[in-house]
Amino acid sequence: MSATTAYIGKSVKRVEDKRFITGKGKYTDDIILPGMVHGTFVRSPHANANIKKIDITKAKAMPGVVAIFTGAHVAAVNGVPCGWQVNFKNGATMKEPKHPLLVADRTKHVGDPVAFIIANTREQAKDAIEAVKVDYEKKGCVTNPAEAVKPGAPLVHDDVPNNICFDWELGNPKAEVDEAISKSAHVTTLDFVNQRLVPNAIEPRSYIGSYDETSDKYTLYTSTQNPHLIRLLMCAFVLGIPEHKVRVVGPDVGGGFGSKIFHYTEEALVTWCSKQIGKPIKWTSERAESFLMDAHGRDHVTKAEMGFDKEGKIMALRVKTFANLGAYLSTFSTCVPTYLHGTLLQGLYTTPKINVDVTGVFTHTNAVDAYRGAGRPEATYILERLLDLGALEMGMDPAELRFKNFIPPFDGVKQPGYQTQVALQYDSGNYEGVLKKGLEIFGYKDFRKQQKEAAKSGKLLGVGFSTYIEACGIAPSAVVGSLGARAGLYEVGQVRVQPTGKVSVFTGSHSHGQGHETTFAQVVADKLGIPMEDVDIIHGDSDTVAFGMGTYGSRSIAVGGSAIVKSIDKIVEKGKKIAAHKLEASEKDIEFADGKFTIKGTNKSLSFGEVALTAYVPHVYPKDLEPGLDFSSFYDPANFTYPFGCHIAMVEIDKETGKVTLKRFVAVDDVGTVINPMIVEGQIHGGVAQGVGQALLEGVEYDEDGQIANGSYMDYCMPRADDMPMFETGSQVTPCPHNPLGVKGAGEAGCIGSTPAVVNAVIDALWSSGKKVKDIRMPLTPERVWNAMN
Amino acid sequence: MEYSHEVEPRLLLAHYLRDTLRLTGTHIGCDTSGCGACTIHVNGKAVKSCTLLAVQADGCDVLTIEGLSANGTLHPLQEGFHQEHGLQCGFCTPGMIMTAADLLKNNPNPNEEEIRHALEGNLCRCTGYHNIVKSIQYAAEKM
Repeated sequence: MSATTAYIGKSVKRVEDKRFITGKGKYTDDIILPGMVHGTFVRSPHANANIKKIDITKAKAMPGVVAIFTGAHVAAVNGVPCGWQVNFKNGATMKEPKHPLLVADRTKHVGDPVAFIIANTREQAKDAIEAVKVDYEKKGCVTNPAEAVKPGAPLVHDDVPNNICFDWELGNPKAEVDEAISKSAHVTTLDFVNQRLVPNAIEPRSYIGSYDETSDKYTLYTSTQNPHLIRLLMCAFVLGIPEHKVRVVGPDVGGGFGSKIFHYTEEALVTWCSKQIGKPIKWTSERAESFLMDAHGRDHVTKAEMGFDKEGKIMALRVKTFANLGAYLSTFSTCVPTYLHGTLLQGLYTTPKINVDVTGVFTHTNAVDAYRGAGRPEATYILERLLDLGALEMGMDPAELRFKNFIPPFDGVKQPGYQTQVALQYDSGNYEGVLKKGLEIFGYKDFRKQQKEAAKSGKLLGVGFSTYIEACGIAPSAVVGSLGARAGLYEVGQVRVQPTGKVSVFTGSHSHGQGHETTFAQVVADKLGIPMEDVDIIHGDSDTVAFGMGTYGSRSIAVGGSAIVKSIDKIVEKGKKIAAHKLEASEKDIEFADGKFTIKGTNKSLSFGEVALTAYVPHVYPKDLEPGLDFSSFYDPANFTYPFGCHIAMVEIDKETGKVTLKRFVAVDDVGTVINPMIVEGQIHGGVAQGVGQALLEGVEYDEDGQIANGSYMDYCMPRADDMPMFETGSQVTPCPHNPLGVKGAGEAGCIGSTPAVVNAVIDALWSSGKKVKDIRMPLTPERVWNAMN
Repeated sequence: MEYSHEVEPRLLLAHYLRDTLRLTGTHIGCDTSGCGACTIHVNGKAVKSCTLLAVQADGCDVLTIEGLSANGTLHPLQEGFHQEHGLQCGFCTPGMIMTAADLLKNNPNPNEEEIRHALEGNLCRCTGYHNIVKSIQYAAEKM
C-alpha cells in the first residue's frame, strides 16, 4: 500500500465543478427523448374527501392530450411500499394501508393524485387539468398527530383505529425510569413541537419513463439519491416487472436532503404509463407540487423530562412523542421517529435510565420521512434543549453541566465501544474535546462579560450550546434487519483497472452535491499511488453499476468508500502475484507502495501501469491466474459510525421587534478521518444553515382544512444569504475504529447539531434579561419572540 | 448568436431558453420567482427569466451562463465558485453566478453585507452561502 498520501486530507478542488459552473450539468429535466410527451396531475384540493365521480371526457378531447389515467386504470397495480416494518409494543405488525399510484375513491391529503394527464406539451397537459371534472364529498380532517389519536378524531384510513400506525418503546423499563425521575433533585420538563419542514432541494423532482418494445425494456430517469433501490422497489413491489428489464438512471441531481431517497408514486406511474401509450413521458414537479408532495421532515409533538441530582448529574430521561407520518407511509417513514430517533437519546451523556415511547400517527397530511438528519435532529433537540434549560433552572453553567455528564473519551480499540441504554454501541469518541475546542474558538470566558455590557447599552445577547452525536454510515444489514428494515444496507464498489493503468470506479453511492467524483478519486489515487486524473468515478446508472444502496444517512464514504477500498485491496493482492511472476520473485517478497510493485530491499520493481498492462496482455503470466484487473466488492459495515461535535450559537434579539439575528456560529465537528476538508466544511456549512432555518425561519403551517398555508417560496421562509453569518469551524479527529479509512461521515452533522444551539441562545438571552421563558415554538419568528418578551 | 422563433405568447423566457434553444444551464426551481435559479442577463441586467415571456425578450440582448465563458476561458466568477467551493449540487449555481456578475458590474468591490444583500433573490440549499460569499469576493479581487 502507498505510504504517502498525496491527496487524502487535502482540500482538492472538485473535479465535477466544471460542468456545473458552465451550465453543462445534466439534470433529469434537461433530458429530452425523441417523441417524449409530458405528464401533469389533477390533485385533490381537499384533505379528506370521497370521490363521487371523475369525468375525463372533455379533458380527453382537449388539443394535444394523449391519454388520461385515473385510479380505476391503476386499480390492479400495487401501491408504493414502506421499506421498514415497526411493530406495536404487543408484537402486532404496524398498520400499512395501500398507497396507490392514483386514488380512486377517497383522497387523504391535499395533493393526493386523482388523475394523470399526458399531452404532447407541458402547456397542453396543464390546460387539460381544469377540464377534468371531479365530484368530491368533502369531510373533516386532522393534521396534528397528538389530536389525531384522540377518540372521535376523523380517521385517515377506516381500518386504522385512532389513526395509530404503531406504538413503540425503547430503553429501560418505564417503571424504573419513572422512579429515577421521581427521586431526582431537579426535573426539567419541556412540552414542545418539532415542527414540520419541507426539504426544498432546489431542483424539483423530475422523472422520465420510457419503454422500448423491441427489447421489452424500460428506462427511468429520476432525480433520486439511490437508483438501484428505486428499481428494486418499483419492479418487485409495485409494477411486477422483471428487474433486469428496467434501467434506472439518476443523472445530475440538484440536492436531495433525504427527500429524493424515497420511491414516489410518480416514478412508478411514468414508467408504467410509458408502455401503455408507447411514448416516453416526462413529469417535472412544480414548486407548489413539491410543497404538497415531496416527503416532509420532523413533525413531532413531544413531552420530555430530564431528572438531575443535586450536583447536576443526569439521573434519567423520559420521552413521549407523537410522530406524524402523514396520510401514507413513505419508504423509510417508520424508522425515522423510532430507530433513528429513540436510539440517539443517550446523547453524549452517561444517563443511566432512559425510556422513549413513540406513537406513529396517520394524519390528513403529506407523508413525513427522512429529512437531513432524520430522527437524530429530533433526538438532539430534546437532549440539548433540556441540558441548557436545566442549567438555567439550576443556576449552573451549561458548558460545566455538560462536562459533568460526558461519557469519558474512548477510542474503540484500547478502550471498548460505549454501550448505551438505547441499543447502540458507540464506536469511538472524545466528547469533552470538541466542547473544549468550541469554547476556545467562541471565547466563552469573555462572553458573559460581553453579554452584561451589551445589556447596559440595551442589547440583548444570548449563547446556546449543543453537543450532539449521530449514528451514521448506515448500517450493518443484520442489525437493521433485526430492527425491521426490509433491505440490506451495504454498498458496492467496483474498481476496473484498464489495460493502460487508468482506473474506472463504479460506486453504488450517488452524488447529488456531495462531491464523490472528487473525494472517492482522492482515495483511489492515493491507495494505488497514481494521479487523480487517472481515476474516473462512475455512479447513478443501474445498468453500469452493480446493485448498490445509494446515498443517505451520511453513508457514502463510510460504506461506499470502504467498498472501494476492499476492491483496491484485491487489486493490489492480484498485482503482487503478477509482479512476482514477472520479476521472478516470491509473492511474499513483493511490496506495493507509491504506485510500484517492488521486491523488498531491492530496486527491482514494476509500475502499477506495467502490472495493469500485463494483466490484460498476459504473455508472461502466472499459470493459475485469470487475466484482467477488475474487482467488485460489497461492504457491509460492522457497526454504525458515530460522528459528534459541539455547536455554539450567539444571537442578538431586537427588543423592539423580537427579531433574532444570528451573530456568530461556531461548529467543531469530529467526523473521523477527513478525506477532503474543503468538502467536509462545505457539508457542515450547508447543514448548519438548514438547522438554523428550522430554528428561526421555516415550518409548514396547515390550516383547519388541511391546506398548507405557506406552500411557496413567497410564504415558506427559506434561509437566504443575509440570514447567515460567516461560520466559524473547527475540527477534531477521532478515527472510526471499524472501517478501513477511519471515516465517520459528515453530511448531516450540521443539521443535527445546530437547531437547539440557536433556540438555546434565544432562551439564554431572555433569561439574562429576567424573562424565564422555557420554550418558544419554532420557528422563532419576531412575533413569537416578542410575545415571549412582553 | 441570433435566434428567431415563432412562439406561443404565453411561453416563458426560461422555457424558451431551455426547451427551444436547448440552453439548459438556466434552471427552473420554483413557480413564484423566489429561487433565482433562472437568473440571466437581459440587455445587461440580471433578471429572472421565469418572470419574462419569451416575446418580451424579442430583440433583446440575452446572456445566459453558457455565454459567460463563451471564449473558452472561465469568467472570474466561475473560477471563484470553483476555487472557493461555492457550489455543491450545482443547481442554483448558474443563477447565483449571473446575479453576482450583475452585482460586480455595478459594485466592483462589494463588502460582505452588500454581497449577501445582492443574493437575496437567490436560494441555495446546499452551501449555507458561506462559500458563495467567498467565491464572489475571490472574483471581485480578480476582476
